[in-house]
Amino acid sequence: MSVEQNPLAMRESEPFLEPGHTYASVTDKIASVVLTRPLGLGWLAGFTLAFSLVMLLNVAIGWLIIKGVGIWGINIPIGWGFAIVNFVWWIGIGHAGTLISAILYLLNQKWRTSINRFAEAMTLFAVACAGLFPLIHTGRPWMAYYMFPYPSTMGIWPQFRSPLIWDVFAVSTYGTVSLLFWFVGLLPDLATMRDRATSRYQQVIYGALSMGWRGSSRHWHRYQSAYLLLAGLATPLVLSVHTVVSFDFSVAIVPGWHTTIFPPYFVAGAIYSGFAMVLTLSIPLRKAYGLEDFITLRHLEQMAKVMLATGLIVAYGYAIEFFMAFYSGDKFDVFLANQRLHGPYAPYYYALILCNILTPQLLWFKKVRRNIPALFVMSLIINLGMWLERFVIVVISLTRDFMPSAWGRYSATFWDYATFAGTIGLFVMLIFLFVRGLPAIAIAEMRELVHQESHADGEHK
Amino acid sequence: MSEHRSHLFGVMGEFSTPEELVAAAKKVREAGYRHIEAYTPFPIEGLSEAVGFRWTAVPLLTLIGGIGGGLTGFGLQYWVSAITYPLNIAGRPLNSWPAFIPVTFELTVLGAATFAVFGMLALNKLPEPYHPVFNVERFSHASTDKFFLCIEARDPKFNLAESSRLLQECHAQHVNEVKDE
Repeated sequence: MSVEQNPLAMRESEPFLEPGHTYASVTDKIASVVLTRPLGLGWLAGFTLAFSLVMLLNVAIGWLIIKGVGIWGINIPIGWGFAIVNFVWWIGIGHAGTLISAILYLLNQKWRTSINRFAEAMTLFAVACAGLFPLIHTGRPWMAYYMFPYPSTMGIWPQFRSPLIWDVFAVSTYGTVSLLFWFVGLLPDLATMRDRATSRYQQVIYGALSMGWRGSSRHWHRYQSAYLLLAGLATPLVLSVHTVVSFDFSVAIVPGWHTTIFPPYFVAGAIYSGFAMVLTLSIPLRKAYGLEDFITLRHLEQMAKVMLATGLIVAYGYAIEFFMAFYSGDKFDVFLANQRLHGPYAPYYYALILCNILTPQLLWFKKVRRNIPALFVMSLIINLGMWLERFVIVVISLTRDFMPSAWGRYSATFWDYATFAGTIGLFVMLIFLFVRGLPAIAIAEMRELVHQESHADGEHK
Repeated sequence: MSEHRSHLFGVMGEFSTPEELVAAAKKVREAGYRHIEAYTPFPIEGLSEAVGFRWTAVPLLTLIGGIGGGLTGFGLQYWVSAITYPLNIAGRPLNSWPAFIPVTFELTVLGAATFAVFGMLALNKLPEPYHPVFNVERFSHASTDKFFLCIEARDPKFNLAESSRLLQECHAQHVNEVKDE
């Protein structure tokens, strides 16, 4: 067997945790990022930039509420512009966290341990950014409660046969379950923070949040049972969310949307962009806070492999879209496929192919997978590519409807870009606050890993 | 507390490895103690069995939450679409159950997950800001790198001197009284 195939040989050659760590040293190293490290200039600069983008978001939403959705580039027939493109993009990014936490947990993949916490945080923040768009895209966010089934005096109820209502339930369930999962994982670590906190207000805050966790064996027993069940529940949930998002498109009869490949291809795309975002965040994080011992080169390589695999599924999805268009012989589908290649938005489509299909082929090479700057640049390219994919899906289909009289063009306005940039600022700001306020790596799970690794060493000697 | 003097909650031994702790827990249980509890910085396989805890209601609660969520989800949609707000669209059936599956599924997961988490917290009696074990000064290590075993005073076999000696025989590094103030 080669090294690749033999997990034991692999472990000897390259551990998931640099050797020499003890229970106390992993705890110290992760907790000190939050508790003792002073605010650096880099953090302040990054936070300030992100915060100013959040202010831009406030202005953009304020102006939207004053003027209405006319400030955006949408028109008839293109009623779904940036708002839906960005919603799908963000919710896709929000898939990696729960995938890492739940599916890799069930598959007993040890490399999830040092990346699951901030991937889950990233999921929550991405879902928050995603949720903003459906809320504001009607221009009347104060009417959003209409989407929920409540006994109104008008006697009307939501249409439960509509994918848009399924979406409300899927995204809000996903947000809630992700938050619960994240909090349950944090509970023992909050107790660690409480016990190590030096200032009074830290003790009070972490003490209140940790709920008096004391690590009793009966508590751990129930805790592990609940965690495993949550992982089992989150696994079909994470697959269902982007499936339901894809139903928003595929249940409609619009050419380019009405295809059965959408659910699996959306889910694969979501995981693809989610892992790209985890790489985008973990590469600077490990560097800035000296966490290279925990987030090793091998972790980055594993994530690169997941990106390559899901990227190939996405490529298959693009191919099947074309194949089915011509195989079905439906003239509207054939026309739309040609529009993607030759229409006014063709440059977007070629950019999408370059970003999402051609670039990640470099990941076949081990040298590239272990080259950190290359991975970082590639993760940004893939994030851009996934945004372009949603743009292509939403805009090309809507601008080329069945009747030439219903054709149109779409171009985004300053306020579209401002809102999008604002949500990126919101996301980055929340990440910055998170790494300084909560342990970015699951400490209790790292101690468990130290324990397992020490046993593994013992068996070899 | 009705009385103002401090009670003895139990006696606690400190261990530096999980293996020593599990061995000690087994030995203390074999000695006939039933009210014992271990405190560790991470979950340890076989420890809850060693202190005599096997069954938890968390899976059952999760099942109940899931079934309840699913029935609520389908029931809500059926009641809205077929009973209270029926819309006749080209004569299609009002109880169009395949269209109700996504929301039923989501509410099943939501019900099960909330029952799993809040059930776990409730069975663990959390939040519980005060507990006597926190009075032991070295107990702050229970969330970092030390492993603790506590023999509680409510155990009928409990005797401060004897129980402390037993913990020392199990190679506890420190043995402390746990006071309940």
